[in-house]
Amino acid sequence: MWTYNKMLQYPINIKCTDPKLAKVIISQYGGPDGELAASLRYLSQRFGMPDQKAKAILNDIGTEELAHLEMVGTIVHQLTKNASIEEIENAGLSAYYTDHGVDVYPQAASGVPFSASVLACKGDPIANLQEDLAAEQKARATYEKLIDLCRDNPDVLDPLRYLREREIVHFQRFGEALRGVQDKLAEKKFYMNNTNNNNCGCNN
Amino acid sequence: MLLNENRNCSCNNMNNDNEDEGRRIDCERKEELLQNIRCHEFAINELALYLDTHPEDRKALCLHKKYCNELKNLRDMYQKVYGPLTITYPCNKWRWLEEPWPWEGGEN
Repeated sequence: MWTYNKMLQYPINIKCTDPKLAKVIISQYGGPDGELAASLRYLSQRFGMPDQKAKAILNDIGTEELAHLEMVGTIVHQLTKNASIEEIENAGLSAYYTDHGVDVYPQAASGVPFSASVLACKGDPIANLQEDLAAEQKARATYEKLIDLCRDNPDVLDPLRYLREREIVHFQRFGEALRGVQDKLAEKKFYMNNTNNNNCGCNN
Repeated sequence: MLLNENRNCSCNNMNNDNEDEGRRIDCERKEELLQNIRCHEFAINELALYLDTHPEDRKALCLHKKYCNELKNLRDMYQKVYGPLTITYPCNKWRWLEEPWPWEGGEN
């Protein structure tokens, strides 16, 4: 289970409304390489992991991604909450405003709503961890593109840089977990046989 | 719940702390303490992820323990004055609603 902590993982205080930036940053909320997808991917894959380290790392990184989801949502909210209709129109957000007002809706920058089709649970721990490594790299690349687009706004830049760095740490930890799983699966199998009691208690 | 049901509680659990003492909100002090808590939470999370794949690292384990103990004190200190950080903190009145939510920062 989870307990909510009434604080952000990293502080966010954005002084200037800028719906143009919100329009692209929302991709890390509900887009294909966003935090919601990351969290659901790891928290769903953890059930099938064969060793303790991999279960733990998926559980704990999946949890941290929820904190990042809250951060990205906070950025989008603070960038749009006081936007005028003119600012919304000029940012190309008329369609978004029609459907969602200035609520924070999980969608990609392109407007495609969040879908679980952006993540996989393959029933194969190696395939799943390889996907997780790629997901961290794609999220890092997305943050770098957003950092290019937000270069003039230090209040937004600072938390984006923080989030980018977290992707790098997660990539490192997933690599170590993958190595552990590969070692575990390469171990020789041996079978226990209790020779003292070969009788079965059932009546079949 | 009946409309006119008495919802007062006669137990003595509400009188055993002085949480309202010293509740003068000093915003600078509050933010400083919160930032210190955030730093500890971050360090603990970072060490936890590392320990997940390096459980034998005694140095990391020792640091983790140190920060956890410090965090406990900092959280107690913060919550006593500025209100609960989680719903597991006991209050004499429902202070969970009093402080702004984390996404409500910014000055615009």
